[in-house]
Order: sequence, then C-alpha cells, then structure tokens
Amino acid sequence: MHGLSNLLLIMVILLNFFTLGSSRLGSCIRAVAIQGALLALLPVAAHGWSWHTLLLAGGAFAMKGVLIPWVLLRTIREVRIRREIEPLIGYIPTMMLGALITSGAFIFADYLPLLPEHHGDLFIPTSLTTLFVGFLLLMTRRKAITQVLGYLVLENGIFIFGILLAEAMPMMVEAGVLLDLLVGVFVMGIVMNQINREFSTLNTERLSALKG
Amino acid sequence: MLTLLVVLPLVLAVVSVFCPWHRFRSWLLPTAGALHLALACRLVMDQHHAARPGAWIGLDPLSTLVLLVTSLLFLGCAVYAVEYLEIRRERGNRIMVPCLLVFLSAMTLAVLARHLGLLWFAVESTTIASAPLIFYNRNALSIEATWKYLLICSVGIALALLGILFIGYAALGRGGPVSLQLDDLLRMGPQVQRPWLHMGFVFLLVGFGTKVGLAPLHTWKPDAYGEAPGLVGALLAGGLTSVAFLAVLRSVQIMGAAGDLEMARQALLGMGLLSLVLAAVCMVRQPDFKRMLAYSSVEHMGILAIGFGIGGLAAFGALLHLVNNALAKGCLFMTAGNIQRAFASKKMSMVRGAISVLPLSGGLFLAGFLAITGTPPFGPFLSEFTILRGIVDAERFGVMVLVLAALATVFIGMGATVLSATQGEPANAEVHYRDRFLLVGPPLFLMLVVLFLGVYIPPPLRHLLQSAVELLEATP
Repeated sequence: MHGLSNLLLIMVILLNFFTLGSSRLGSCIRAVAIQGALLALLPVAAHGWSWHTLLLAGGAFAMKGVLIPWVLLRTIREVRIRREIEPLIGYIPTMMLGALITSGAFIFADYLPLLPEHHGDLFIPTSLTTLFVGFLLLMTRRKAITQVLGYLVLENGIFIFGILLAEAMPMMVEAGVLLDLLVGVFVMGIVMNQINREFSTLNTERLSALKG
Repeated sequence: MLTLLVVLPLVLAVVSVFCPWHRFRSWLLPTAGALHLALACRLVMDQHHAARPGAWIGLDPLSTLVLLVTSLLFLGCAVYAVEYLEIRRERGNRIMVPCLLVFLSAMTLAVLARHLGLLWFAVESTTIASAPLIFYNRNALSIEATWKYLLICSVGIALALLGILFIGYAALGRGGPVSLQLDDLLRMGPQVQRPWLHMGFVFLLVGFGTKVGLAPLHTWKPDAYGEAPGLVGALLAGGLTSVAFLAVLRSVQIMGAAGDLEMARQALLGMGLLSLVLAAVCMVRQPDFKRMLAYSSVEHMGILAIGFGIGGLAAFGALLHLVNNALAKGCLFMTAGNIQRAFASKKMSMVRGAISVLPLSGGLFLAGFLAITGTPPFGPFLSEFTILRGIVDAERFGVMVLVLAALATVFIGMGATVLSATQGEPANAEVHYRDRFLLVGPPLFLMLVVLFLGVYIPPPLRHLLQSAVELLEATP
C-alpha cells in the first residue's frame, strides 16, 4: 500500500504545478478537482480498508472531486470568464517559485521531529508543498475564482496532513469539515456572482474602496 | 439538554425558511433568543450539566460565562431586529432570519464544544452563517466587505485546523489512542512532543486570532463591521469575538497543561499590545463612526489579550472585561445603526447633533462611548482598572505605560468623533427616522447591565470568574 500512496502524492505535486502554470480557469478547476479526487483515495491507501476510511474516502471524493468543482464550473459559466489575465507574478516565475517551495518543503520536512514511522514518507513534504502552493495562488492571482482555488488547494494540503491523524478525527467531525468546505465554496460562488454583477468583472483589485 | 440549546435555533431556522409571513418570521428571532436565554440560565443553575470528562459538549466556568453573554446579547439584538426588519421591509428577511438563527446555533456549539474538531467545525460555521448577514445591503461596498471577510476568515480558520492537527500529532506516538478531546489533551499534559505543540499553538493563535481580529490579522474587521447592519455588527463585535476568544483560551489551556503557559502568555501579550497600539493610531481622526467602532473592537480584543497575557488578577479583569465589552459593543453598534439611519450616512462630515435629533439613541451612543473608553461608573472602568492593577502586581511597568498611553489616545480620538457626531446643531433639518421603542429598548437595557456591573458584581458572577481563572491557570 505504501507504493500506492506515494504514487498518489507525487501526482498531487504534479497537479500543483499544473494549477500554477495554467491560465485557463476551466482546466484549473478540473486540475483541483482531480487533485481532490486523488486525495480521497489516500485514506484507504494509507490505512487499509475499514468502514471509517471508506466513508472518509467516499465523502471526500463526493465533495472535493465532484460537488465543489461543479459549483465552481457553474459559476464561471454564469459569469462568462475563461482566462486569468495577467497575474501579479507571471506564470513562469510562479512555476519557479513553486519548484523552490517544493524542494524547500522536502528539505524542511527532514528537520521536523517526526515519528519514526513517518520518516522518509511523502506525506508531510507533500502536505507542506500543497499548503504553500495554495498560499501562492491566493496571493498572486487577481480573479476571485482563482483565489477560491487557492483556498481549496490550501485545504487539500491540510487534508493530507489530516490523513496521518485519521484515527484521531472522529467521522462526524470529518464530515463536518467537508460540509463546511462545500457550503463555504457555495457561498463564495454566490458572492462571486454578485461581484460580477456589480463590477462587471471578477478582478478583486476593483474591491478596494474600503480603506482607513 | 445541552444539545437542545444547539438544536433549538436550528429548528426555528428551518421553520423560518418555510414560513411565508414576514412579520411572523421576524418574531421568531426574539422567540429563539428568549428560549435560548431561559434554557441557558436553567442549565447553568443545574450543577450536574457540568462537563463530564470525555464528553463532546459540556459546560465549564469559561464556557458558562461566554454562553450567558452571547445569549443575552443575541436576545437584545433579536428584539431590535424585529423593528429593524420592519423598516427594511423592501429588503425582506428570508435570508436574514435563518442566517441569524444558524449563527446563534453555531456560536452556541462553539461555546459548548469540548472536542477541538467540533470547535473548529462550529467556528467555521459561524463564518459561513454570518457572511450573508454582512452582505445584507447588497451594494458594492458590502460585497467587497463580504468577500474580504469570507476569504480572510476562511483561510485563517483553515490554518487553525492545521494547528489542531499539529496538536494531535504532538500527542501521537505517546501510547494509547490519540484523541482531540479537550480533557484527553489536558490529561496528556507534559507528555506531548513540545515542538509540535508549540507549532500547533502558533497556528491556533493565528487562525482563531484572525476570527478574534487581533492585529495584524484584523484587516477584515473595519470593512465588515462598517458595512454590516448595526445589529449584525453588534453580534459580530460582541458575540463572535468572545466565542473566538474562547477558542484561543482553549489553546492556552492546552499549553498550560503541558507546562508552557509562560510561552502562551508572551505570545498573547505581544499580539495584545500590537492590537492596542495599532487600533489607537487608526482611531484618531477616523471619519467613519462605524469603522471607528470596529477599531475599538480591535482595541478591546487587544486589552483582553494583554489581560490573559499577564495572568492572575489581570486574567480575572480580562474575563470581566469580555462581558463588559460584549454588552457595551452591542449597545454602541445598535445605536450607531439608528444614527446612521436618521442621517442616511455614517461619515462624520454628514452627522452632526445626533442628540437633538434622536435624544435616546444619541444619548445612549454617548453613554456607550463613555462606557467603552473606561469612564466610571460603567463596567469597563472596573474591568480595565482590574487589568491595570494586575499589570502593576506583575511589575510590568513598561506594559503599563504603553497601555495607559494607548487608552488615553483612544479616549481622545474616539471622543473627538463621538462628541462632534452627537453634539451641536444638525446640518440639515431633514430627518429620516425617529427613535422607536424597539430600536432603543435593547441598547438601553444592555447599557443598564453594563452600568450595573460597574457598580456591583454579584457573588455568583464573581465566583464564576474566579473558577474560570483557575481553569486557565491550571498547570501540571
């Protein structure tokens, strides 16, 4: 099972780079959806079959892989936007930053006081990488929708770390966390619609009237 | 019975979604508020509802205090809301009422939660439930405020989840199953892995600190409070901040149990001082009185953090201040809403002579200003004085000087704004609204409670505060 989870985690890292480098919003959303769906397989790959892991995997797959991307795709259809225009930092520099972050996370994870069974695992470095890539998206992109994607990637990073503690998190709480995520993205979708109606754009730099 | 406290507002929220009558829906709010307060009082009286070790929800002195404060504040805001929603009939209350009720339910759950995962879920739910409330006016500015609030708080809370996981990891591999239940974590005490615990604490402080609005994580606060309707501002500044502060205190408890109370206090003290000074600077010459109140909220969260950061007598004062601040902020935001409605503006250039136009709201706003800046005989004077005495007892004179200077700056800055808004002659004779009983009664009542707490602290409350402080200072 170890090999399978490592394979999944490497694919998660590759999808991070895809999200950083792509300007088409539709494919960004799909990449994050695939990332979520792959993550949903991780609890089973890491902890084996049990009711708990199966339910967690099913719930995560439904939320991260299907429902949330559906909400986002519907939003970009309604507000008719396709592309991210001119991010604050260009695509190539963000990719470079992503590469730096990834290697930094792998080096940093070696210094962490991990339990013996987690040494040499990909879980913690991947979790840190995904977390920081989420932050990078949040900071460098101007469209409201890419910021939401950044938030989702950040949440994915936390989810990877959470898998290490799957037995400490009761099922009810995990379900609640996923539900909060879905409802949160749904509300963000509604607000994005309103932003678009009011400002005729989804660029958040127009949201700068409140100061002082 | 405790579950009922969480479920009751949810049931009423469902009723309000399916109820076709505007006025009936509005009246559901005070109904929920009154039932909630009555039930909370009953449960608090009954000693055997105290938290059983291992339970997911339960009452301890800390949560009892915050529960009673939020419940009382919600009742006040709910009564105010009836008349407010009548005035804003064209805007409707189909979204407002269910969201307020879900918000109450989520706040209650966050207060009662004794499992860190559950606590996280409840706090995140308050963010989502309150976003539509800030959005109520649906203009460009409120959209901007809602977007910032949603994104900043969601990201902040996500970091808090990471902090919770780090604390779980700190307890991992120390024999026995890992649990994120508060009592289990407290019992683990010093056995946890220090580096992970410290990292977890920092992330929890940043995460829940965003929700509290401690500087430098307060950036959403002036926007959200400034653009939200007055009663929503009251609930956010009085209720939600107290609830989020309780979450921060939970992480302090865990640090204390592991023997690292001093480190947690240092962090709180640093953030508290930064908040206080930053808020004081921003409040001078603030042209918008609702934003001024938001910075005042940052300031008072800073005072709370300083109080808990010093500990001992100052922590006692800080707990008392949490109560006073919540009730006084409720009064201030509701009356600020009334003044804004009468003048159709919240800018200082437009608002003059509120007392002559709205004698009650204007007077209460002025009284609220005197109360919140720590003028005797109101409650905040007593609590701030207790915190200052605690600082002197701890011989932290540098902190003392800084706090006094900031408080004086705040008094002058806020005073200039409030006095010019309430005194003098109104610039134009046209007035949109007059005082109405339901719009003035609740803030008046909250103000009287604040006044009462400044004169006399009932022995049960004193006892409750004392045992809450003991809970916070428990070390291995």
